[in-house]
Amino acid sequence: MLEKALHGSKLYWGWVAFLLVVIGVGILAYANQIQNGLVVTGMSRDVSWGLYIAQFAFFVGVAASGVMVAIPYYLHNYKEFGKIVIFGEFLAVAAVLMAMLFVLVDLGQPARIMNVILYATPHAMIFWDMVVLSSYLVVNILIGWAALGAERKGFPPPKWAHVLSIIAIPLAVSIHTVTAFLFCGLPGRAYWMTAILAARFLSSAFAAGPALLILLCFVMRKLTPFKASDKAIDSLAKIVCYAMILNVFFFLLEIFTSFYSGIPSHTAPLEYLFFGIDGAGNLVPFMWTAVVLAFAGITLLLVPKMRTNHRALIVALIAVFLACWIDKGLGLVLAGFVPNSFEQVVQYVPTLNEILVIAGVYGIGLLVLTVLYKVAVGVRASLEQKPRRDEAAHARAGEEELALG
Amino acid sequence: MERRDFIKAGLVACAAGLVPLTGCASGGEAPSAAQGASGKRWALVVDERKLNRAGVLDRIIEACHKAHNVPAIEGEKTAVKWIWPESFEHAFPDIASTYVSEGVEEMEFPMLCNHCEEPPCVRVCPTKATFKRPDGIVSMDYHRCIGCRFCMGACPYGARSLNFDDPRLHLAEIDPAYPTRVRGVVEKCMLCSERIDKGMPPLCAELSQGAILFGDLNDPDSDVRRALAKGFSIRRRVELGTGPSVYYIVEGGEQRA
Repeated sequence: MLEKALHGSKLYWGWVAFLLVVIGVGILAYANQIQNGLVVTGMSRDVSWGLYIAQFAFFVGVAASGVMVAIPYYLHNYKEFGKIVIFGEFLAVAAVLMAMLFVLVDLGQPARIMNVILYATPHAMIFWDMVVLSSYLVVNILIGWAALGAERKGFPPPKWAHVLSIIAIPLAVSIHTVTAFLFCGLPGRAYWMTAILAARFLSSAFAAGPALLILLCFVMRKLTPFKASDKAIDSLAKIVCYAMILNVFFFLLEIFTSFYSGIPSHTAPLEYLFFGIDGAGNLVPFMWTAVVLAFAGITLLLVPKMRTNHRALIVALIAVFLACWIDKGLGLVLAGFVPNSFEQVVQYVPTLNEILVIAGVYGIGLLVLTVLYKVAVGVRASLEQKPRRDEAAHARAGEEELALG
Repeated sequence: MERRDFIKAGLVACAAGLVPLTGCASGGEAPSAAQGASGKRWALVVDERKLNRAGVLDRIIEACHKAHNVPAIEGEKTAVKWIWPESFEHAFPDIASTYVSEGVEEMEFPMLCNHCEEPPCVRVCPTKATFKRPDGIVSMDYHRCIGCRFCMGACPYGARSLNFDDPRLHLAEIDPAYPTRVRGVVEKCMLCSERIDKGMPPLCAELSQGAILFGDLNDPDSDVRRALAKGFSIRRRVELGTGPSVYYIVEGGEQRA
């Protein structure tokens, strides 16, 4: 099936070439980091995790959001999602891959990564994160590939693939829960020390992930023969809407608990994010942008007239996606280190080298996504061109099997 | 005995009981391991008034960093520190107040790894590169560390440093008696375990002119226990349940003695 990715328009090859250039630049930047150490990043003694880990957390979310298509389809037999479920699974594959790469580029000694398996440590959350992330990656590749292969031959997907799709549902929840556990169990990091962190992670994931999936559906509508149905898009948009409302609600709960109790260690990170502390507040404009985007997005999604108007819908989805990205892909990790253990504010600014490495990982993710989507769309397109003959052939094959049996 | 300790002791006893049954380990080793787990618990007691009067902290820091090949990196951003001074306000932000006495306000507090009883860094380390020795010292295997910096996020004391740069580039001279590190691994104070294993006190205690006491918390007759019994001491961020092993006597200890 992979051969479908080898035939495409000029636009397709231009896009692939562009991604390869971005990846190449990213690899060069990473080589520089390997050569000179993490000193080429903006991270410091006080802010010891930066954009790499923040992107990791965000893309685990995007990966987990595949279940928002899988649950209605596999558990409730919601047929409308039948055509897009594969795109949810392939999005999960690309996103998990990106998440894992972000952890890898963050390591000071990446060559020793296998130590996590060699000296497996069950009381370390990273160990479990590695277990669930790699399982989720493998499961989604298997499900997607098997479903597509079956579709090409005109058979229903094999039983084991269906079983795996059911297993993938709790697995998806687990990847983001364990990712939240990485943060919320650390004493002395008040911003992360909240029991609803996993719930916040999941709600923001279920908003940002499907938002991205709908946007990708619109891109495919424009560029490929695959046209996602309006009904499927509207159902997904409703999911985005309610997940985003939950996400904002959870965030407001954090604000109430922190400010009503008035415990300084809990209020300080939020003050830093929204107002700055002692003049240090380089995230303030981002956070207020996220606030505006979140409320604008929710409003547009709540009003049926707006939601069903695809122009307004696209604006709403971009707003929701960016708001979630700022909250989790930027603010969450960075504010966890403010103030530091000595009640001092140390700010983090990523370096150009760091941003290029991030661009490279985005490039890899987009390339994998492009290839997988191209294959899926290609398989479907060739089916539509010669549906009759195939069906007849399968009917004959079925009869022969019966006769032989 | 706390419940946790009871369970730990029980597990150790079970392990000790199992070893002879396997018949492939010498019987002599198991009891010594059990003794170690319930035996020593090393701690430091810093007499702040004495330390600041003696004015030896800078010399201690220099000697410690020299003996352990700690790189001297310019700037706070990527600095590597095993022991360093902080003001009361920064060392104890949770109990500092505007009306703290002038004497305390001017004091320098040595910051270092607290060798916690329940070290969060050990809990989160995915490779056991950071581990707790039976005598309570939180130690590290620099060859196993993958540089994920989870321990830095978990440590509420800011006691850990990553080698952002190649540390050997920042060493004026290398002490061959102690290993140097490579780029990309985390490091911290090891309570001079290499000296303790030879029966010597940590360097900071030795050079402190009696202001930093070293000893076994499990021994009621040790210097540290006697000092703690006499004066009022504080530890950093005890509310987190980490059980830090570095005590600071701020005032009043020797006056009543």
